[in-house]
Amino acid sequence: MTTVEEPKTTTFDDNDQKPVGFGRMLRKEDPRLLRGRGRFTDDVQLPGMLHLAILRSPFAHARVVSVDTSAAEAAPGVKAVVTGETLKGLGLAWMPTLSNDVQAVLATDKVRFQGQEVAFVVAEDRYAARDALELIDVEYEVLDPVIDVRQALAPDAPLIRDDLEGKADNHCFDWETGDADETEAVFARADVVVQQDIVYPRVHPAPMETCGAVADFDAVEGKLKLWSTTQAPHAHRTLYAIVAGLPEHKIQVIAPDIGGGFGNKVPIYPGYVCAIVGSIVTGKPVKWMEDRSENLISTGFARDYIMRGEIAATRDGKILGIRTNVLADHGAFNGTAAPVKYPAGFFGVFTGSYDIEAAYCKMTAVYTNKAPGGVAYACSFRITEAVYLVERIVDCLAAELDMDPAELRLKNFIQPDQFPYTTKTGWVYDSGNYEPTMRLAMDIAGYADLRREQEEKRARGELMGIGISFFTEAVGAGPRKNMDILGLGMADGCELRVHPTGKAVVRLSVKTQGQGHETTFAQIVAEEIGIPPADIEVVHGDTDQTPFGLGTYGSRSTPVSGAAAALVARKVRDKAQLIASAMLEVTVADLDWVKGSFQVKGDPAKAVTIQQIAMRAHGAGDLPEGVEGGLEAQICYNPSNLTYPHGAYICVVDIDPGTAQVKVRRFIAVDDCGTRINPMIIEGQIHGGLTDGVGMALMEMISFDEDGNCLGASLMDYLIPTALEVPDWETGYTVTPSPHHPIGAKGVGESATVGSPPAIVNAVVDALKPYGVRHADMPLTPSRVWDAMRGRATPPI
Amino acid sequence: MQVPAPFEYERATSVDQAIGLLERLGSSARLVAGGHSLLPMMKLRLANFDYLIDINPLHAELGYIRLTGDEVRIGALTRHRELLESDELAAAFPIFRDAERVIADPVVRNRGTLGGSLCQADPSEDLSAVCTTLDASCVIRGPGGSERVVTMEEFHVGPYETAVGDDEMLTEIRLPLRPGGGSAYEKVERRAGDWAVVSAGAAVWLTADGTIADARVGLAAVGPNTTGIPELSAALRGREPAEDLYEQAGAIAARSCDPATDQRGSADYKRHLADELTRRTLRTAVARARS
Amino acid sequence: MQVTMTVNDVEVTAEIEGRLLLVHFLRDTLSLTGTHWGCDTSNCGTCVVWLDGEPVKSCTVLAAMADGHAVRTVEGLARGAELDPIQEGFMQCHGLQCGFCTPGMMMTCRALLDKNPDPTDAEIREAISGQICRCTGYSTIVRSVRWASVHEAANK
Repeated sequence: MTTVEEPKTTTFDDNDQKPVGFGRMLRKEDPRLLRGRGRFTDDVQLPGMLHLAILRSPFAHARVVSVDTSAAEAAPGVKAVVTGETLKGLGLAWMPTLSNDVQAVLATDKVRFQGQEVAFVVAEDRYAARDALELIDVEYEVLDPVIDVRQALAPDAPLIRDDLEGKADNHCFDWETGDADETEAVFARADVVVQQDIVYPRVHPAPMETCGAVADFDAVEGKLKLWSTTQAPHAHRTLYAIVAGLPEHKIQVIAPDIGGGFGNKVPIYPGYVCAIVGSIVTGKPVKWMEDRSENLISTGFARDYIMRGEIAATRDGKILGIRTNVLADHGAFNGTAAPVKYPAGFFGVFTGSYDIEAAYCKMTAVYTNKAPGGVAYACSFRITEAVYLVERIVDCLAAELDMDPAELRLKNFIQPDQFPYTTKTGWVYDSGNYEPTMRLAMDIAGYADLRREQEEKRARGELMGIGISFFTEAVGAGPRKNMDILGLGMADGCELRVHPTGKAVVRLSVKTQGQGHETTFAQIVAEEIGIPPADIEVVHGDTDQTPFGLGTYGSRSTPVSGAAAALVARKVRDKAQLIASAMLEVTVADLDWVKGSFQVKGDPAKAVTIQQIAMRAHGAGDLPEGVEGGLEAQICYNPSNLTYPHGAYICVVDIDPGTAQVKVRRFIAVDDCGTRINPMIIEGQIHGGLTDGVGMALMEMISFDEDGNCLGASLMDYLIPTALEVPDWETGYTVTPSPHHPIGAKGVGESATVGSPPAIVNAVVDALKPYGVRHADMPLTPSRVWDAMRGRATPPI
Repeated sequence: MQVPAPFEYERATSVDQAIGLLERLGSSARLVAGGHSLLPMMKLRLANFDYLIDINPLHAELGYIRLTGDEVRIGALTRHRELLESDELAAAFPIFRDAERVIADPVVRNRGTLGGSLCQADPSEDLSAVCTTLDASCVIRGPGGSERVVTMEEFHVGPYETAVGDDEMLTEIRLPLRPGGGSAYEKVERRAGDWAVVSAGAAVWLTADGTIADARVGLAAVGPNTTGIPELSAALRGREPAEDLYEQAGAIAARSCDPATDQRGSADYKRHLADELTRRTLRTAVARARS
Repeated sequence: MQVTMTVNDVEVTAEIEGRLLLVHFLRDTLSLTGTHWGCDTSNCGTCVVWLDGEPVKSCTVLAAMADGHAVRTVEGLARGAELDPIQEGFMQCHGLQCGFCTPGMMMTCRALLDKNPDPTDAEIREAISGQICRCTGYSTIVRSVRWASVHEAANK
């Protein structure tokens, strides 16, 4: 069942609707953040705290001949200088990555990317620590780097990972999905086959707060307390136990307020481990905060896929098959944060929203002398790349067939009665109803009028483009049977405790980085149990205070933990019903739940509120037989499937023919994330993702020179959109609930980041149609657009 | 977060006191005004000085825009925001407001100064192109109250290098006022606040009968230095403003510059922009001169 | 060296290094951690505070430069329990998500409204164009400032 809602204009009158459950509600986290009273990692100040700074490699590939730390050790204020050799002695020079590879904490043998960690200094303040880095003398023997990903597997390519036993080349992994023969057969009988090389360049999530940690190791208690910028505190705790050999019950990871994550704060970085080592070595709390360059050159990048897309169709526009070949650059260590059985993340959904006959993907991943990472930046485990591929190649097909790209999409959608729909690559889409979503976007945009306007402008030599993208996301990992990270199943716990006065505390395993968990989860519980959200405290981000779970990324908080919160509330409600039946002296079956109270059927005046029940659960007097005192419950939710949000995006651009500058004039986003909990927060998530899309499509890229120097090492060079590059977003929504999620919600955090880049690129390419342009690679800077207009478009990498 | 290496902070109390400090401390000292170019470079440790002499306290002395009969004099400590907001300056030279709207961002413009911009001598810097376009001269004060005046061509010795000596200070910019003038500035940037891919300024002075008495074009980010293009000025002088003339000027601008391919764009594209923006700014400058 | 300045109307005096950045003086010396930092190159605007009433990027101002001047930070926006209309606007219109860029954004927007009580959307966008928000996509920030503008006008 899908419902379609026209967007409402925002008024100032009903901003805080104070719902007991779902609906627009102001955020519970805002008052502290608005007063400068948030507590971010760098705000943590402890008595006697020292500061840590990391020395990084200036070279992309070099042998570390020697490291002389004597001058640094003698510098004023310096308490410790630690090198790879020191860590080797402690067995900590290497650590596992989230993809079962290993990564150097501090280099011992070689440095393998510019910015790799070589040594660290702990000093009395951050200025002294930084100064002492200048005094560390490292002798390097510079080696030829592997920078061009296409040359990584050349027979004479320098070997990067000689630390791996028996490794003789730079091959990382091969992966395939779909049926090659079936797809070949479909392509062979197709009327039309279109092929296009498509590059998704390396980009970086660059949250406004960089990564950092404060480690406080108490040698007497044997306990480590670690404040850190982590999206996954529980997973990190387990990994520290494995890496550092500390007993897990003696590790407390606290993720305080986080200044944006977007995937950047999922992996464990060497800096976190250095902070822990620094605290152990000095016996003092130690703070490490990256500077911006460190963040951009060494922490998790995203994308870096070179794709060849092929699409086969009949002459009248029925898509038959999609095939792709991908070369993936994983950098120096495979630091991809994805379920281990999915080395290419969820790229397998590259068949998009279309009912096709066959599909196949072959991928080769390689090592290069660049920073590790691969899955970050709101990508839903590589669905950004998948959606970009399919939505770009569908537009190429539309151009080939001279068909309207909206019409082509409408013709090929999976139909509502086909759900649950199993794709040719094995993904089971839970629910969807694509046409109403698409039609709504076209209505809001005034699609037909836009096309007319475009025609008139073209006649005058003006360049206007209309781009469409339609995406289906796959979010909310697990189920745990086939999804785990380093053996940790992707499920999430939740605890709910109702206090005697009817106020409640709910404890989550996931952690907000700005998504508003403290509000959304209070609303989920409120909807189920009728306690106002204001009376529900949401506790998260502290492993000593919350149940185990895998954390917030891949848009999984609402699909997984949101389900857990709803179910734990139902469990509490069930118990409340038993108590209510005793209080009202009727059977359980004689009670109706009317949000917030149980009423006797047919006699609504006889009722007890959840608050009265809570007092009774803790109060004097007997409870029904078999019912324990207290009103609380705990569960661990293991999703039975992913959830599959979808959306239709339309972008309108104008291009200055003289300067080739692209202006995004309008952007219409219609999203379907199933049941909507807080529309204000959903809209915010979408707006942010759309801005990411403008960034990636038009300006963001991490590139390297031939020596491996990172050319995007500051926010002067790595450009992120400001308020002047983005339009006032226009949004609408449809609602197709997830059939297997307890409240039907699907997750929305990454939809817009995933869905928007192809809409923008499709719009630019559409604008350039008079120049015969069929494709141009991101980022579409004025220079690259000008090249495309002259038929000289070249891949950015 | 990056932090600068240690240095001694000195606070200027007067121009001559600051020059006295420079005289004593030599090249180990540097003046700092807005600091938005210098401090990031020091934080990234691309520049190190033993002493920074803060001249912000001299704003009362060196922050001004004065129209005299035949020139506009602007104090070196005049901040971008003041240049942007000055109606007098915009009336005399609209090119300033055009440029200031696209220099850095409003918050940076609250601190950054005209003198600091020129002394940074970045080839992509917008106000250098503006001053070149307007045929500015630069007043440089030295020890003992000595003063010399140099042209923009003389001022810019090379990329990031100026004629200002270790014991000197740029104190004032002088812009000649001539009748029948109009000016304009255009910048292509990858994003608001970015350095120019290319920018161009144009100024024209029309005679009473509408022909071009003089014209100048200044380009930024197309070569090691911002300089006027004499050939271009010569081609425009005495001519009737017209589209084909702008085209001719654009072509001269394109072949007179020497851009390099970088992250901001290819050399070919930048050369194209030199042409395109020269034509656009001349067109606007003429329209403004006529109105 | 010794510096004395007023921060949020309170006079403070401290012994500092000449190179100490204003943002570190506020955060580390005075423990006013509401002002954040996000880059090293004055591009992100996360660190914006007022110096004598003008928004400046405090990562690119030396604490020594503020000697004898007045600084205002996000902690100095509200009057006791009462939020400044700009803070209220950000809450009402979801102008913040992670809250990291928010203090700097609000300082700039407050200064904008002080100069221009009824700014257009374009003027608001221009005013915050030196500041990056990775979460909101800016539309809700523009609405937040409009909310403050409308409510301030109504309460006058």
